[in-house]
Amino acid sequence: MLVFVINRLLQSVIVLLVMSVLVFVGIFLIGDPTAMLVSPEATDLERQMVREALGLDRSMLVQYLSFMGNALQGDFGRSFLTGQPALQLILERMPATFELVIVAMGFAVLMGVPLGMLAGMRPEAPSSRAIMALSIFGFSLPTFWIGLMLIMVFAVQLGLLPASGRGPTVEVGPLKLSLLTLQGWYHVALPALTLGLAKAALLIRVTRAATREVLPMDYIKFARAKGLPARRIFGVHLLKNIMIPILTVSGLEFGQAIAFAVVTESVFSWPGMGKLLIDSIITLDRPVVVAYVLIMVFFLVILNLVVDLLYMAIDPSSREKVRD
Amino acid sequence: MRLTRHRLLTATAFAGLTLGGPALADDLTIGLKSEPSSLDPQFHVLSPNMQVALSIFEALTTQDPTGAVKPLLAESWALASPTEWDFKLRPGVTFSDGSPLTAADVVFTFDRVAKVPNSPTAFTLFTRKIASVTALDDATVRITTTVPYPLLLVDIVNIPILSKTAASGPAPEGRTTTEMNRGEGLIGTGPFTFVSWQKGADLVLARNEHYWGTAPAWDRVVMRPMTNPAARAAALLAGDIDMMEDLPTASIADFRANKAVNVVSAPPARSIYIALDQERDDSPGIGGAGGKNPLKDKRVREALSLAIDRAAIVERIMGGAAVAAGSLGTGTMFGTSPAHVDAPRPDTERARALLAEAGWGNGFTITLGSPSGRYVNDARVSQTVAAMWSRIGVTTAVDAVAPPVYFKNRDALDYSAYLGSWGNNTAEIGTTLTAQLMTYDKAKGQGTANGGRYSNPELDRLLDEASGTMDDAARKALLEQADALAMEDYAILPLHFEVPSWALRSGLTYAARADQFTLPQFVTTEN
Amino acid sequence: MAAPMIPAAKTASPRRLLMQRFAESPLAVLGLGTLLLLLGFAALAPWVAPQNPYDIGALEIFDSQLPPGSVSEFTGTTYWLGTDGQARDVLSAMLYGMRTSLIVAVTSVLGALLIGTTIGMVAAYIGGWVDAVLMRIVDLQLSFPAILVALVLLSVLGQGVDKVILALVIVQWAYFARTARSTAMVERNREYVLAARCLNLGSRRIIFRHMLPNCLPPLIVIATIDLAHAIAAEATLSFLGIGVPVTEPSLGMLIANGFEFMMSGQYWISFFPGMALALLILAINLVGDHLRDILNPRNAQ
Repeated sequence: MLVFVINRLLQSVIVLLVMSVLVFVGIFLIGDPTAMLVSPEATDLERQMVREALGLDRSMLVQYLSFMGNALQGDFGRSFLTGQPALQLILERMPATFELVIVAMGFAVLMGVPLGMLAGMRPEAPSSRAIMALSIFGFSLPTFWIGLMLIMVFAVQLGLLPASGRGPTVEVGPLKLSLLTLQGWYHVALPALTLGLAKAALLIRVTRAATREVLPMDYIKFARAKGLPARRIFGVHLLKNIMIPILTVSGLEFGQAIAFAVVTESVFSWPGMGKLLIDSIITLDRPVVVAYVLIMVFFLVILNLVVDLLYMAIDPSSREKVRD
Repeated sequence: MRLTRHRLLTATAFAGLTLGGPALADDLTIGLKSEPSSLDPQFHVLSPNMQVALSIFEALTTQDPTGAVKPLLAESWALASPTEWDFKLRPGVTFSDGSPLTAADVVFTFDRVAKVPNSPTAFTLFTRKIASVTALDDATVRITTTVPYPLLLVDIVNIPILSKTAASGPAPEGRTTTEMNRGEGLIGTGPFTFVSWQKGADLVLARNEHYWGTAPAWDRVVMRPMTNPAARAAALLAGDIDMMEDLPTASIADFRANKAVNVVSAPPARSIYIALDQERDDSPGIGGAGGKNPLKDKRVREALSLAIDRAAIVERIMGGAAVAAGSLGTGTMFGTSPAHVDAPRPDTERARALLAEAGWGNGFTITLGSPSGRYVNDARVSQTVAAMWSRIGVTTAVDAVAPPVYFKNRDALDYSAYLGSWGNNTAEIGTTLTAQLMTYDKAKGQGTANGGRYSNPELDRLLDEASGTMDDAARKALLEQADALAMEDYAILPLHFEVPSWALRSGLTYAARADQFTLPQFVTTEN
Repeated sequence: MAAPMIPAAKTASPRRLLMQRFAESPLAVLGLGTLLLLLGFAALAPWVAPQNPYDIGALEIFDSQLPPGSVSEFTGTTYWLGTDGQARDVLSAMLYGMRTSLIVAVTSVLGALLIGTTIGMVAAYIGGWVDAVLMRIVDLQLSFPAILVALVLLSVLGQGVDKVILALVIVQWAYFARTARSTAMVERNREYVLAARCLNLGSRRIIFRHMLPNCLPPLIVIATIDLAHAIAAEATLSFLGIGVPVTEPSLGMLIANGFEFMMSGQYWISFFPGMALALLILAINLVGDHLRDILNPRNAQ
């Protein structure tokens, strides 16, 4: 167990290093960030000064080493554009992204699990077939297309929900949360729906498959034979046994959802860290991109580790099945 | 799917009812196309930063909507010598904390400019001709320039005055940029005061109760960054915001027809042009020319210009939100050659004839470099120009790339022809010509944007002479002569001037500005 | 979702059996029909499209933004699905766009299939530390969201059709590697492989001549479904502005270009390409879904 954890952490370090080199070198090659940052009216001399001030006149290797040296001490450098520490910029945006993703995943679970159980219990019923057909829609259609459609219908045509932005925030300790206000929920509705639909579709499929595997088991048959009420059979016995795959998938999908928030946030101008990533890629704000990638990789590695460990704790015999 | 005017109207009205409207009557919510990179008014020369700064602070001078210089914190000025300007401060002006404005604040402000560290584009851009700033008395400031410099009054529009007391601190620059981003030291004389800022989300301002001028109409202003123009438009239609910057050209016609919104446009300012490589013989983007560069032939440049139907671009691509250009300067701009205000008419017959005359009757191929997503409809304009060039036999491919790549290629002179843009906030054509068409000289800071490497000693001489001429009439004549010279040589092909548009909910109007700033103090309710 | 496969039935004409079972689902047949139709249109785009949208010299700027069914005043052609802001015939742009989307998707899936399968089978055949290392890489890659990896790759590589294909190959190969390995692990211990080993046949020959054909069915299923993913991924990247260049619009790019017009009621520029995209992905998924059902032994019982 301990060996397993250490092994995984070691691998994570390697991944972090490889990713940092890749991103750093790549963005170095694309272009000169000063071209985007410096006003076009500036003279070449002034540009040169900016380059020197940002340390861009040094060789790529020196820049990378100094970046990594600082990163090890928790300093990911300053954004070229705003001069603020890159880490701080990302952390400031993190609550918005997490709000969006948590609401989306909540929606996905609340919608996906009951529908999946329904579809799994009576696989041949027309309603189940309809659910499955819908789920194909759910994860077939690209997120951005669903988002655009929702904006057209709910924001522009019906005028029911705001098309973009985040609601007013309330400070809770160091965090700024928008979900504590009604306006906040109005704003999160469409982006969360967009992000959650694909996840709901996936959960429908996972739940259905799990239900179909559990249903023929003896204890369910036994419970039925004993004449237990259906609600108890399905609500307790069935749900308890399909919980493991659902939790695992939800956990792993949480990481996916944070990544996909990049798309959703762009469509809905949601001020999260995904939006920050796209903006930073476009403006070549290298420190922010690199910091984002490293933080995401770190987060995902930890998330996967936790999911695996939890899974091992619940079901030590079948760790290999987790990722199937 | 189709949005009828009726539906838009009901959508807006309905949204107003269900969500309680964008807010109370005295709140103004603005959808910005991009957010400021900092609140420090001396950190980064960037439009989103400038417009916030000019809501909280004021400079000695200001520009009216057309760009003409007007007094602001300086009530009047006089030249003590060709390089010494004495500014008389407006009496009775106080900062938002109630303290009076004095000459010491002005000196402190100009002093701080060069001390702000890590600036992506420092404000020294506007102070490089300034030798010293001194207080003659409490209400008079003397600015000494290194050379006779007529554009000083325009340059200092960009240096809003800070409060010395509020913006002082232990760091060399006083309050640091980081502190100012938190709102510390943001005490100005402007119509609004800082309330809060959450990066990526709302910037909130409130009315300055100590404001010396006409009180603005708004108790509270919320500036919300919404980078996606379609999303911004949707938010306005949905009643989420009261006003949006930079209305997409595709929506202008529909918005104008929609009674629920009001569209206002600024005077044209930003110039869009095509630069042509006129230096190298073997230009990278030209093919089928046997290693020669046809662009060095004036007749070819003229043919390319004649092939372009500028009016069609304005109408069909820019949605009418542009003015076809005959020069790099607009008709109202100081120094634009009057003979070149109107855009040349397209004439494909003549264009073909000129090509044949120059020996290129069978045409050649060229790649037109273009940014995608930097200027209004940039890639679409480029594709249209390419279509028009292709019709006269110059087969044109468009290389439309993301802005960082475009800038890199442009600066590395990888394009034989590229779509470019230049904003001129001085209301005088001299700066544009100096940057775009003067012989490239890194040391002298001239021709900095001359990507075609055009070089004409006569033009250089005229511009050199104009830059030090303090007499307005004489300078104007020199500039007009220079402009005419460049345009008749087809040194660069102006296409059009962007006309920035704003949309507001009906009942509101905005005194739209050539500098493209969105300044909440100029948003008013219509009668 | 890749379960170990039973080797394709060795009885008479497994192909016919497969076709029969496939025909059992009318939805899948409908999907296959739609897919073939769309593929046909995309392949024949240069011949069936009313206009060549890449021939910019032929575009008549005053024909831009015309609604569906308009007739050009200049050329007299009918724009059945309207024109876009560049005066391109939306129908033609859509057909060519679909072609671009499909070329990107098919090429990247084939590339990933080739690379992934080779790596997976080699890992399974050799085993030991080679297998362990390769599979750790696969696991790691799969634990990162594909869209994020593609995004970072493209921000590094820059724009272009070739760059998008490369990025998609890199994010997809791991799926194939894992499926190929798990299938090959089963095959490795079968009699015919053991027999081949006894005959001292070369590794390469055993892997590619003997094992590969038996590992193909699950790989084909994955490839089908992955094709839909690749199309969606390309569309997303292009929509975000870091995919294919604007001058060679794919379906995703067309949708992005049309979005601003959508707000002003010119729905057709974005709507029709959007529908084509949805239809394409849906059809592939219907086929893939059913293929998986009939090739999966657990569901077959």
